[in-house]
Amino acid sequence: MASAIHLRSAVALTGRFPVLAGVDLDLDEGSVLVVLGANGAGKTSLLRLLAGLLALQSGTGEILGCDLSSHSRHVRRRVGLLGHDVGLYDELRPLENLTFALRAGRLDPALAAPALERTGITGRVAETPLGQLSAGQRRRVGLALLIARRPRLWLLDEPHASLDAPTRELVGELVEEAARAGATVVATSHEPELSVPMADLVATMAGGMIARMDLGGRQVFEGGD
Amino acid sequence: MLRDALLVAGRDLRIEARSKVALWQVVPFSVLAMILFTFALGPNPAALTVSAPGFFWIALLFASILATQRSLSIEGSQATRESTRLLGLDPAGVFLGKVGALVAELVVIETILVGGTVLLYHVAFRNWLLLVASCALAAIGLASASVLYGSLAGGDRVRSTLLPILVLPVVAPVLIAGSRAFVAAIGSSGDGGRWVAVLAVFAIVYSVLGIVLYGPMEEI
Repeated sequence: MASAIHLRSAVALTGRFPVLAGVDLDLDEGSVLVVLGANGAGKTSLLRLLAGLLALQSGTGEILGCDLSSHSRHVRRRVGLLGHDVGLYDELRPLENLTFALRAGRLDPALAAPALERTGITGRVAETPLGQLSAGQRRRVGLALLIARRPRLWLLDEPHASLDAPTRELVGELVEEAARAGATVVATSHEPELSVPMADLVATMAGGMIARMDLGGRQVFEGGD
Repeated sequence: MLRDALLVAGRDLRIEARSKVALWQVVPFSVLAMILFTFALGPNPAALTVSAPGFFWIALLFASILATQRSLSIEGSQATRESTRLLGLDPAGVFLGKVGALVAELVVIETILVGGTVLLYHVAFRNWLLLVASCALAAIGLASASVLYGSLAGGDRVRSTLLPILVLPVVAPVLIAGSRAFVAAIGSSGDGGRWVAVLAVFAIVYSVLGIVLYGPMEEI
């Protein structure tokens, strides 16, 4: 299986503070990695580095065959990041937000409506500007964007946060579908009971480094198959 | 690049059409400024007419700062800026799109302010072509310089105070050339073409600088 993520001694700074202090990570395409750790351990910074949004200060990094130091713009086009703030436009309706994002990425805008429907953003909610939706509904719109864009690398920052029970289940389904379709998924979490079962690998971060790597529930299940 | 520019301009104008910040905040501000200037001069039609070019361009500069703040706040949060960067848009296209939308808003503000100078300052224009050319070029120059420096000014918290300090000195040539072209359009002098050329050079320089530098500055 081809390598999706290859990091060696990756260091990244925010200001002068080393938010990542020498991360080594290898992940194959189609794998699901869940990253656990306390607040400030470097989980979100790792996602931002993998998205090409945080500069690699030292060490080496290759994401989906692109060098992180020299081709971070190429990396960005291939990844989808769902953060705490979905980063969409408050004044635009969900469909308008997705249509803009798909057009910007040279993708078919017709993919937007089914993706929104999949996440339950339909009817009056779909006609409401994003800024007037609840935190959970906004995250569902963010998930819909991932579904519509179908990136090769999914980066999910606490994907279960702010979501109701059915949507939490949907997150698990989407991760499984993405991995089966060959996409790689990296998700941070503070809820191991929800996230570990969907993972091939579970990394535990501390002090900007990966302190421990274990097998996740998906791997254990498939191994016992 | 042009495709991305049209996409971004369409998005910004759609957001403005929905929020109406320019219509209900920037336009009233610029009109109020024009009215307050007349209070400062008193009921003296001759003084008002002589002062009209300067007041018009000062009001426009202040309005352009507010309109730029609003335009840049569309990608105000770090998450929105990052998600826009993940979409793979050409940075030069993003710059041109934001400038295009801002130019459209500034042209509307200019039209209202020109009406204000006619009504409040008793100005009668003799050379409308000169006025239209100077206003159009000034809008492009102001929008280009403001968006460029706005991206340098960073996030919303810093930008609100830093943007005027960065932009106002830089756009002084627009104030000077615009005022002189305005005087020529009234018919008080005959060297309007030269000042329109200054505005054109300013607009071209800042448009090219923006196309080249906007991407690297967004990466900082």
